[in-house]
Amino acid sequence: MTESTAAVAPSAPTPATSEVVEASLLSRIVRGVREAGPIFFILVVLLVLIVMKNPNFAKPSVFLAFFKAAAPLAILAAGQLFVIVAGEIDLSVGSLITVVVTSAALMIAGNPALALPVIGVLFLLGALVGLINGLVTTRLGVPSFIATLGMLLVLSGGIFLLTGGAPRGSLSENFRVFGRGNIDGVPVIDQLPISVVILLVVAIVAWWLLHRTNFGQELVATGGNARAAQLAGIDVKAVRTVAFILSGISGVIGGILLGGFAGVSAQVGQGFEFQAISASVLGGAVLGGGRGSVPTTIAGALTLQALFTLLNLYGFPTPIRDAVQGMIIIAAVGYASYRLRGVR
Amino acid sequence: MTTPQATMPGGPGTRIQGFRSSVASTNAAPIYLVLLAIFLAAWVIVSLAGRPFLTIDNLTSMLVRSVALGIVAAGQTVVILAGSLDLSVAYLISVAALVSSLIMSGDPSKIGIAIAAVLGIGVVVGLTNGLLVTKLRINAFIATLGVGLILRGLLNAAFDNFAGKVAPEFEVLGYGSIGPIPLSVLLLSATVLGVWFLLRSTRFGHHVYAVGGSEETARLSGVRSHRIIIGAHILCCLTAVLTGLFLVARIRAGAPWIGPDGGYDLESIAAVVVGGTALAGGRGGVWGTLAGVFILAIIDNAFNALQFNSFVKDVVRGVIIIAAVAIYAQRERRAGR
Repeated sequence: MTESTAAVAPSAPTPATSEVVEASLLSRIVRGVREAGPIFFILVVLLVLIVMKNPNFAKPSVFLAFFKAAAPLAILAAGQLFVIVAGEIDLSVGSLITVVVTSAALMIAGNPALALPVIGVLFLLGALVGLINGLVTTRLGVPSFIATLGMLLVLSGGIFLLTGGAPRGSLSENFRVFGRGNIDGVPVIDQLPISVVILLVVAIVAWWLLHRTNFGQELVATGGNARAAQLAGIDVKAVRTVAFILSGISGVIGGILLGGFAGVSAQVGQGFEFQAISASVLGGAVLGGGRGSVPTTIAGALTLQALFTLLNLYGFPTPIRDAVQGMIIIAAVGYASYRLRGVR
Repeated sequence: MTTPQATMPGGPGTRIQGFRSSVASTNAAPIYLVLLAIFLAAWVIVSLAGRPFLTIDNLTSMLVRSVALGIVAAGQTVVILAGSLDLSVAYLISVAALVSSLIMSGDPSKIGIAIAAVLGIGVVVGLTNGLLVTKLRINAFIATLGVGLILRGLLNAAFDNFAGKVAPEFEVLGYGSIGPIPLSVLLLSATVLGVWFLLRSTRFGHHVYAVGGSEETARLSGVRSHRIIIGAHILCCLTAVLTGLFLVARIRAGAPWIGPDGGYDLESIAAVVVGGTALAGGRGGVWGTLAGVFILAIIDNAFNALQFNSFVKDVVRGVIIIAAVAIYAQRERRAGR
């Protein structure tokens, strides 16, 4: 019972810090999985179903290819999580991805020497988009739904204005390597996709930021009760703005991976904002703020990807994906709020 | 420990005052001044560029876009006022268009059945949305997004092109007129007047404002808040069905992309907030929404007339939506909430 109460109010500082330190990594993981609830279970079930249909999937290379395909969404979901925990929403990341991919192609135009400087520019752009989202939301008092919806329109209009309606230029190989390259000669698994390494790094950094820093605690407090957080001396506006910047940066990383993985197209980022939000919510984050965890959010993204893979394997037409995604998020959120109510 | 405060950060006292002033100030005069200014500016600029603006053809095309968006935006106003929102309307519009055109298949005797069937679908979808939001307590964004995704999946799995055909008599809804007034304009007027009357003069309407201001306070004051929210969702879905019927009457056959291509989900929400209704609920009204719809239509039209790149249009539209809401937020802040 104590575990579930802890899950309801993660904003409360854990009194037994020493206990946490003493707990072994394994027991902490076990406890985390139990607290996180059903998403890991669902993920495992889906993966088993996939393996049953296609035994090849259990091979390390194929299995890692699945993570490679899921990495952009998982990274995006981790970024979106910060915004959701802060009690806001970011609808602009999908079009930000399209901007990242198409503008990278335009700027690089096949010249490998430009790849690194362009990546630097892209990160600045993502941070700027997040900063504007954050400032418009916190300083001008525009609800983030509207602020980021406006940003979506501005970004998608702006990029096609720049490219003249169809993507131009091309990505260099050393830019695409992040999304589709592998590290060869790794023991046991032979090939390790670079994007999986990036996903791991992003996951650890995000986990540390949200669950192990003052900023993370302030973020949770802000999303849980902004007024109380403010009275407690938290700079609510700054915290929220930083969350938007993190989401923007996650959009840039996701865009770079997706550009490498899927190539340049004008539709590359379409629908990713809703998928990222779905993944966070599947992972137990509550729209409205104050609750959310990085590991379960990434599990949510992997679950969504596993679901798509499974539907594909069973030969369902692509549109059915949408219908199933819709039903799954409704069921997951319905279950989560039912559980929350039970505890209360 | 934080749950009750989290759902109503303003506290009950401020919300009750907000409710009173909101009912008193359904007067949407300022936004109509803005509308007038934008209309005049568009007229001058388009005319200076040597393009037609105040012609029958051009005004008609502006009105048609306004009718389609305006009807569903009127319904969206009610859900947003009740503190919810509906992202499923775009796909419901497609469903209504497809199902009605399939049932009719050109046969005038089936017009009645077709309309009844799609209105029934509207009620079912609205009821589903409302039950998900109230009984299962699923955030409206997720619930209606999920329902929209389900509708989209079913639509795209079953259809990839035009299907069915409306009866010739049914096209009157899109093209007919009574005297000089197009029937479609009457349809929009009737919808807006109906919603206005409902919000202003019925108990349901007053409860919509109360629930949107603070569901907790409204519930404690004896308002059956769940019923109000479900009712608002059903009403919104019925207006989406009406928009679908209007669009299929003009296009003459249903297609799965009719709703999403028009962007009726986000556009209708944009029209509502540009019209001064608070996204958080409880404040605003349908006349503001109508002005918001006209403003978006005029801007669209002027950009088309000036043969501006359609992408510039997107950028400008995004900036206008943000600016409008920012101005409302600032005014409210200065008024001391």
